[in-house]
Amino acid sequence: MVTIGCVIKTPGSSKNNKTGSWRTFKPILDKEKCIDCDNCIIFCPDSSVNKQHDINYDYCKGCGICAHECPSDAIEMVKE
Amino acid sequence: MTKEIMTANKAVAEAARLAKPKVIPVYPITPQTTISEYLAQYVADEKIDANYVKVESEHSAISAAVGASCAGVRVFTATSSQGLMLMHEILFAAAGMRAPFVLADANRAISAPLNIWNDQQDSIAQRDAGWLQIYVENAQEALDTTLMAYKVSENPKVLLPSMVCLDGFILTHTVEPVEIPDQEPVDEFLPPYKPEHAYLDPKDPMSIGNLADPDYYLEARHDMQVAMENSIDVIQETCDEFAEIFGRKYGLVEPYKTEDADIIFVAMGSICSTIRVIVNQLRDQGEKVGLLKIRAYRPFPVEAIDEAVKDCQKLAVVDKNVTFGIGGALYTDVKAKIHKEAYGFIAGLGGRDITPEAILEMYEKTKNPVKEVTWIGLKEE
Amino acid sequence: MDIPDKDLLSPGHRGCAGCGASIAVKLALNALGENTVAISATGCLEVMTTPYPETAWEVPFIHVAFENSGAVASGVEAALRIQGKDDVNVVAFGGDGGTVDIGLQSLSGAMERGHNLTYICYDNEAYMNTGIQRSGATPFGATTTTSPKGVASFGEDKPKKDMPMIMAAHGIPYVATASIAYPEDFVNKVKKAAAVKGPAYIHLQQPCTTGWGFDSSRTIELGRLAVETGSWILYEIENGEFKITFTPEERKPVTEYLSQQKRFRHLEEEQISKIQKFVDAQCAELGL
Repeated sequence: MVTIGCVIKTPGSSKNNKTGSWRTFKPILDKEKCIDCDNCIIFCPDSSVNKQHDINYDYCKGCGICAHECPSDAIEMVKE
Repeated sequence: MTKEIMTANKAVAEAARLAKPKVIPVYPITPQTTISEYLAQYVADEKIDANYVKVESEHSAISAAVGASCAGVRVFTATSSQGLMLMHEILFAAAGMRAPFVLADANRAISAPLNIWNDQQDSIAQRDAGWLQIYVENAQEALDTTLMAYKVSENPKVLLPSMVCLDGFILTHTVEPVEIPDQEPVDEFLPPYKPEHAYLDPKDPMSIGNLADPDYYLEARHDMQVAMENSIDVIQETCDEFAEIFGRKYGLVEPYKTEDADIIFVAMGSICSTIRVIVNQLRDQGEKVGLLKIRAYRPFPVEAIDEAVKDCQKLAVVDKNVTFGIGGALYTDVKAKIHKEAYGFIAGLGGRDITPEAILEMYEKTKNPVKEVTWIGLKEE
Repeated sequence: MDIPDKDLLSPGHRGCAGCGASIAVKLALNALGENTVAISATGCLEVMTTPYPETAWEVPFIHVAFENSGAVASGVEAALRIQGKDDVNVVAFGGDGGTVDIGLQSLSGAMERGHNLTYICYDNEAYMNTGIQRSGATPFGATTTTSPKGVASFGEDKPKKDMPMIMAAHGIPYVATASIAYPEDFVNKVKKAAAVKGPAYIHLQQPCTTGWGFDSSRTIELGRLAVETGSWILYEIENGEFKITFTPEERKPVTEYLSQQKRFRHLEEEQISKIQKFVDAQCAELGL
């Protein structure tokens, strides 16, 4: 059974797909070093950093953009 | 109700006006052009409260139609021939996205060689797109069928787009008296379109036109088959309701003197008028002959055809199209689904006149057959 | 920059790790807000965000085909406006292939007709969804699978089609270039585009880790290098008035940008100096 025309009526339902399993490197944030520039939030392709700079490992694919764009080197990529 | 002398193109435009579409994306092409002109004028004169989108191609006409229909409004468009061919890809998308709008096709031959005259190759080439296809015989039927098409397409059991096919020039550019219904009974027959399956509203977001992998695609296409099967009953019910309100009776097919006929012509569109004259002429000579006009080509009304031809001996199937390498499309469909001795006649391609003599020749070649498929009217070297 | 409570492009989408298109769409939708209808051409974006029965879109979304997002958006816009929904933002997304190549006619029609909508081209400079084939937006010298380096070839031998200027020639009220590496600049432009009455076009450069050949962590860095070397110039044309919106303090040589990408790594001095000359001329012309 599919919906008529395969219309998807649950917005944001991609969240069922936990892309965290793709990850081989994991970002670890040292909040002591964080200067609240929000680069990690703005540039995350997977919306995996919240306003408090907590990383959501359910979806983080481990691309490393957050670590690379962090001006205070507060994020380290660690092998899973 | 008023009665006016008009072309079938005007009749279609009148029907579109009465159906109150909200978006009309159209692009001109012979012989459809006057439909797009009439509608432009109606919008300019505020006879329709619609956005008339002056698109830059038929491809964009059908694309804008799908976008508008999925946004939740009633949509009308029209085209012909090469324009319908340019729409081909998006015709499939429209049906797959279950966008129930109506397209009028002024039937015209396909290039090459370039030819602007009538045959039915253009719409026949789209028969697998998932659209309902209804062929009409005259201007009144063009108007009535356009109105009924909305009602059928928008039925929750169907939700597929409809193509109203009218013969180019023969119908689109000749005038006949046509009854134009009043707005009030039309509104009663065809209430405003309120889709539940798909719309674009920020208050209730949904995604339309998605990717479906092998786990889902088969079911999506099967649903369309079921919808097409459902449309058989819906078309008949809609015709019955239409007859009650407006007094004109239509059906999936239209039998003429078929009850005791030995040979029955099977045909679509304006040629049925000529065939009816020949049927009467042959009847006067004591021949037992009839005509079965096919109005609904998709869905293909097998039961209705079976019922009409059950007591005859042979069928003479007339095609204004060709499926190269096998025969006419209507003929091959009849051969596949109707268990009767049948002969196919390909005629009238590119506007070649199908004369009364040509129809008599078809009758003769069904009575005394030489081969299964015959091209009628070919000039000898 | 304002950080919204919730992104309007949800995670769980199938974009590559480090995907620039996801960043682009997330920023654009957040700038537009919930009262938005989105249209997409076929391409990476559509495929990675809507595998049935899951969608990443938090706003209404429609996709029909590859070459017609301009026309689909026209139909959507016409339908919303006739219903009196004048305040709804209509935004169409297309990749570079869907915009500068196969979708050009449909887009041109939509722009010329004056629909009140915003079209955003997320330009990753090749057909990435089908596996890195050249498009009209592929820059001079880049290798793709259909403009490969070979004995008689150094890669793509034509410069990139100047799409923003083609759009500007339509006389529409707003045209801009942007980069995902300059999010504030991009977000401002999206807001301006949505605010103008009539069509707006934003051409956004979006580095692609898979297609360009760089580590997934460097998506933003590559965007920055493109702008810092003058290879990609940030400007806007508002009601016909041209304005550079970002000027690098000191323009870096193009090698600093080219050498970081696998698609340019084969280039020899001759081609690199050609690219430098081309970039210099472009910067001089636009006043950078």
